[in-house]
Amino acid sequence: MAGKIATRAAYGEALVELAEKYPELVVFDADLANATMTKGFAAKYPERFFDMGIAECNMTGVAAGMAACGYKPFTNTFAIFASGRAWEQVRNSIAYPQLNVKVVGSHGGLSVGEDGATHQGNEDFALMRAIPNMKVVCPCDGHEMKLAVEALLNYEGPAYLRLGRAAVETVTDEIEGYQFELDKAATLADGKDVTVIATGMCVQLALKARAMMETEGISVRVIDMHTIKPLDGEAVKKAALETGCIVTSEEHNIIGGLGGAVAEYLSENCPTPLVRHGVNDEFGRSGTAAAVLEHYGITAEVLCEKIREALTKKK
Amino acid sequence: MEKLYGKQLAIMASKARLLGLDAVHTASSGHIGGSLSIIDALTTLYFNVMNIDPEKPQDPDRDRFVLSKGHCTPALYPVLSLRGYFPQEDLKLFRSIKGHYSGHAEMRHVRGVDMSTGSLGQGLSTAVGMALAGKVGKKDYRVYAAMGDGEIAEGQIWEAAMSAAKYGLDNLCAMVDVNGLQIDGATKDVMPSEPLDEKFRAFNWNVIVVDGHDYDALVAAFEEAKTVKGKPTVLILKTTKGKGVSFMENNYGWHGKAPNDEQYEQAKTEVEAYLAELEGK
Repeated sequence: MAGKIATRAAYGEALVELAEKYPELVVFDADLANATMTKGFAAKYPERFFDMGIAECNMTGVAAGMAACGYKPFTNTFAIFASGRAWEQVRNSIAYPQLNVKVVGSHGGLSVGEDGATHQGNEDFALMRAIPNMKVVCPCDGHEMKLAVEALLNYEGPAYLRLGRAAVETVTDEIEGYQFELDKAATLADGKDVTVIATGMCVQLALKARAMMETEGISVRVIDMHTIKPLDGEAVKKAALETGCIVTSEEHNIIGGLGGAVAEYLSENCPTPLVRHGVNDEFGRSGTAAAVLEHYGITAEVLCEKIREALTKKK
Repeated sequence: MEKLYGKQLAIMASKARLLGLDAVHTASSGHIGGSLSIIDALTTLYFNVMNIDPEKPQDPDRDRFVLSKGHCTPALYPVLSLRGYFPQEDLKLFRSIKGHYSGHAEMRHVRGVDMSTGSLGQGLSTAVGMALAGKVGKKDYRVYAAMGDGEIAEGQIWEAAMSAAKYGLDNLCAMVDVNGLQIDGATKDVMPSEPLDEKFRAFNWNVIVVDGHDYDALVAAFEEAKTVKGKPTVLILKTTKGKGVSFMENNYGWHGKAPNDEQYEQAKTEVEAYLAELEGK
C-alpha cells in the first residue's frame, strides 16, 4: 500500500495540478474552502476562484451561468448541501440544460464524524442519481480521485463527484492492470464465490474483507464501482453469472445509492442473490469517524457477515 | 438591424402581444398576464438595447438575456421570433407535444434563448454567472435578467444580489417587473416586497425606477445602466399586469389563464385597433 490520503486532499491537489492545462477550470466554494480543500487552488489562482459565501443555491446557479459561457466550473461544499440544499438548482439550472458543471460533494457519508447527523450526507447518491443527465462518481482513493478529476474535466456535461473526509489507504496505484475509465467498473481482485461491489472508502473495506474471507476458504471478487451512474451493468452481470451472489458496500443509505442501482439492474437483467451493506435507512450521529462507522456497521467485519449472508442465499 | 425607438417599438411590441395572445389561445394554456407586463421591456431590449445577431445565436461576445420569470414565454418567444430567431408560425407549437416550444424558457431547443428557466428564483444566479464569466474573460458583453415582483420572495434572489455586488458586476442589468400581482392575489398581500428600491440599494446595487411601458424611458434607463461602474444595476419596472388588453389589466385571474375564443377575439381586436392607430391606418 502506498500510504494514506483523504480523497478530498487528493482532489485539492488535482485542481492545482490541472489548472494550467485546463484554463477554463473555475472553482467555487461556499465558505468551506479549508475543509473541501479548494484553498490551494484559491491561493494559486485567485482570479479563477469564487467564494460565494454560505449560499449553496446561488453558487450552483452562478456556476451554471459560467458553464453557459464556456467555462468548466467545479462547485464545492459538503455532500449534504451540494446534493440536498441545492438539489433543485442542480436539477433545473444544471442538469436540465445539460450544462458542464461538476457538482462536488465533500465529506460524503458518515465519516464526517463529530458534526453529526445534520452534516452526514448519506443520501447524495440517491438524490443525484434520480436526476436525468447526471453522472455520479465516487473514487475510492487519492490515486483514483486524481484520475477522476481529469476525466471529468474532459467530460462535457453535468456530474456529481463525492469526496471523503477521512484519510484512506491508496490501493489502486499498486493493482496490476488497473485502469481508470469513467462509467467502467474496475475489478481490483478476482474471486469465484461471491462479488463485493463497493464504492468510495468501502472499496478498501472490501479488500480487507476479501483477505479475511480467504482464511475461511472463500474467494471474493472485488469490484470498484467508482461510477455509480451510469452503472456498468456488464460488470455487474458478469460478476453475477460467474460468482452467483453479490454484496454491495457503500457509505450511504442502502436505499437509492449503489445498492439500489445494483438491485435495479440485477432484478431486471439477471436475478441474483444480493445483500446491501451500508447505512440501514437511519440518520447518523456524533462521534469520531471511526466510532460512527463502527456504530453503523461500516466495517470489514460487518461486511464479512454480509458476505456470509449472501453465500447462504446462493442456491 | 437599425435600432427601433418610441413608436417603432410600440408597433413591434403590439405585434409581439398579438403573437403571444395567439400562442396562449392556440395552446389553451400559458401565462399571459405577466407576459403582457414585461413585453415592452423585452421588445426594447431585443430591438434597441442588446448587441445580438439572430444569425449567430451562440456568438460568445453577444449580450445575454435571462428570463428569470421563466413562465413569461408568451412575451419572450414572440419577441425572439419577430427578431428573426425562428419563424412566427412556430409559435403555433407553443406548449405542444408536437414541438419544442416548452411552457417555460428552454435554451437547448428554442433558438435565441440564453438560459433555461422556470423554477422561480434561479435565473438571477445564472445571469450573475454569465456576467462573472464576462469579467473573468475580459469580454465587453452585457447580461440582462428579468424577475417578477412575486418571484423575489425566493431567497436565492437575494443570495444572487449579494454576489453580484461582491464582484462589482457592472455588466449586469436586472429588472423587476413590478406589476403588483401574483397567482394568489396582490403581491402586497401575498408577500410584501416593497420598498424594493431601498432593498436593492441596501444590497449595493444601482437602482433606477422606470415606467415599464414607456419605451423612451426604458431606452434611457438601459443606457444609463451602461454608464454605471463598479456595481450592478436593477431597473424597477412599474408595470400593469395584462397591459394592452382592457379586461386583463390589473386582474390577477389572468396570471396563468388562457382566453377562450370570445375573449381571444376581443383581446385581438383591442390590440389590432391600437396597432392600426400606431401605424396611422
